[in-house]
Amino acid sequence: MDFGPHLFLAMLEGTITAAVLALTAVGLSIVFGVMRVVNVAHGEFFMLGAVIAWWVTTLLGGHPALGFVVALIVAPLLTGLIAATADRIVLRRINYDPERTIVATIGLLYVIQQATLMTFGPEARPVEAPFNQRIALPWFEYGIDGFMLIWPWGLGTTTYKLAVIVAAVVILLALWVLMTRTRIGLIMRATQLDREMAIAHAIPVDRVYALVFALGAGLAALGGVLVVPIQQAHYLMGGDPLLLSFIVVIIGGLGSVVGTVVAAILIGMSDGIISVFFSPTLAKILATLFVAFVLVFRPQGLFGQRPS
Amino acid sequence: MTAKNPGILSHPVTRSALLHSGVIVLLAWLFQVLPEYHSGNLARIMVLAVYAMGYNVLFGYTGLLSLGHALFFAAGMYGLGLSMYWLDASPAPSMLAGLISALVVSGVVGALALRTTGVAFMIVTLMFAQAGFLTILLFGEYTRGDEGFVLPQADRVLFGLDLTQPANRYGGALILFTICLGLVAWLVQSRFGKTLIAIRENEERARMLGYDVQRHKWLAVVVSGTLSGASGAAYALLFGYAGATFATVQYSIFPLLWVLLGGAGTTLGPLIGTLFMFYLIDISSQFTSAYLLIASVILILLTLFAPHGLAGVVRKRLIPWLP
Repeated sequence: MDFGPHLFLAMLEGTITAAVLALTAVGLSIVFGVMRVVNVAHGEFFMLGAVIAWWVTTLLGGHPALGFVVALIVAPLLTGLIAATADRIVLRRINYDPERTIVATIGLLYVIQQATLMTFGPEARPVEAPFNQRIALPWFEYGIDGFMLIWPWGLGTTTYKLAVIVAAVVILLALWVLMTRTRIGLIMRATQLDREMAIAHAIPVDRVYALVFALGAGLAALGGVLVVPIQQAHYLMGGDPLLLSFIVVIIGGLGSVVGTVVAAILIGMSDGIISVFFSPTLAKILATLFVAFVLVFRPQGLFGQRPS
Repeated sequence: MTAKNPGILSHPVTRSALLHSGVIVLLAWLFQVLPEYHSGNLARIMVLAVYAMGYNVLFGYTGLLSLGHALFFAAGMYGLGLSMYWLDASPAPSMLAGLISALVVSGVVGALALRTTGVAFMIVTLMFAQAGFLTILLFGEYTRGDEGFVLPQADRVLFGLDLTQPANRYGGALILFTICLGLVAWLVQSRFGKTLIAIRENEERARMLGYDVQRHKWLAVVVSGTLSGASGAAYALLFGYAGATFATVQYSIFPLLWVLLGGAGTTLGPLIGTLFMFYLIDISSQFTSAYLLIASVILILLTLFAPHGLAGVVRKRLIPWLP
């Protein structure tokens, strides 16, 4: 009982990474899909979610669950508002020109990061999970006495970590309903398909863009709120999610939401497994090189369709 | 502005040569008059301006936005640093090692990354640079990772000149700057440089006119990367330190910032931008530790209001012939 259980645990940790990553990356993917904007500041929205969650829980006090639930609502809204403001005062003015947008969002990245450093400070601050029971994991093994259940075997997980996976799935399903079953989703998809035609049909594209940018940022912030009880809030925590989201969005095919989710699971799992058994740095090197080569040799992504 | 002024002075090549020589003379003169703190800063600025000039060849003249130039800077830096630190090589061959490693790295990265265009090109260069940075961390045993390593003072003697002396260090930086400025000024007036500008303005048209666009772009990446590497190597040699910080994304963004600030597609823009930015950070860090905030606000304001930079404004308002 050595390799198997550890692989199982690595896969479980990988699933949690994948769940948070899927939320963050889908936000990036929607922004790219609808607005054709590469948002380099996306990781900072993730960080803002975590930092706002800390503010809210600290201000409210009381039972951790209360603060956490309020944070789940306030953080994405506030982050979305910041994003919509940035869209209005910066991105719209440069007309979403691809190269200038990248430069402007690089600027935005450092503005948000440094503003957080000045107000929140350089410390990592923890947020208490709303509930956090330990669960010992069962393991089945085929031994001399036939099939047997080993429980507990030493390592386990917590209820909160499992709840993160459930929450991510629920949010992604809600997003899917929003995009496919509602009027606002229809308008977003119409804008994505053909901006000019959307304008011709009196769709307020400016407002749709601000909304989409806010939605993308809000999803990243939700990822940040969900992750903060596991990993502390810190002003530099946006770097890794940004890089991983880029990797996921590119492998999934730019702008394809389903591809993004599949790629998030793939990357989250392999990151979890490679990090447990090999060096985390090596895992990141392989992932970044993989992305570079996907872009070079298969620019439509692993799951994307070649443009006709 | 368009005074007809016949004679040798109006010839663009002569004018450009005069202007650049004037700048070099000015920089040499500044060492005599500036206090030591500022002349030390200026030596650093000149070395970093070479990095910005290298970046400018690709971004300003060819129109390719790379987010991974720190990889080339670091290739030069570690090419020199590792040969001096581990192989006990003397500075001249180590400098050559730095240049060659930047040349090879930019050649390979260019060949791969140029298969993509636009946004994908930016992301591919970013990813290669990130992989390079992580590789430096992975081989921390040799590179000392984030902590970096210091090149001993006794080894930093080039052709009998002790480069740790302020005057020699300034001289070294000025010579490097002069060579690279001369090279870039000549390059952009040459047929090759004009072709790059044609590609920047309209790639399809340049291709239709029979230019080998792909080969020109690749050469631009190599020239740009090697200049960046020269800057990285010189930085390690003159200031005696090599560390993984110089390979981070931040150091890929700095040259972009300097070039945008100074003026993309101008020969002196990179120097102006680096100088301006350096002192901006120097002064603002006296007031706040979050000096990057100021830098990034300026970056956003620039993209909004002055996409052609300081030299671009000068060219538009005062000197239309500014090279």
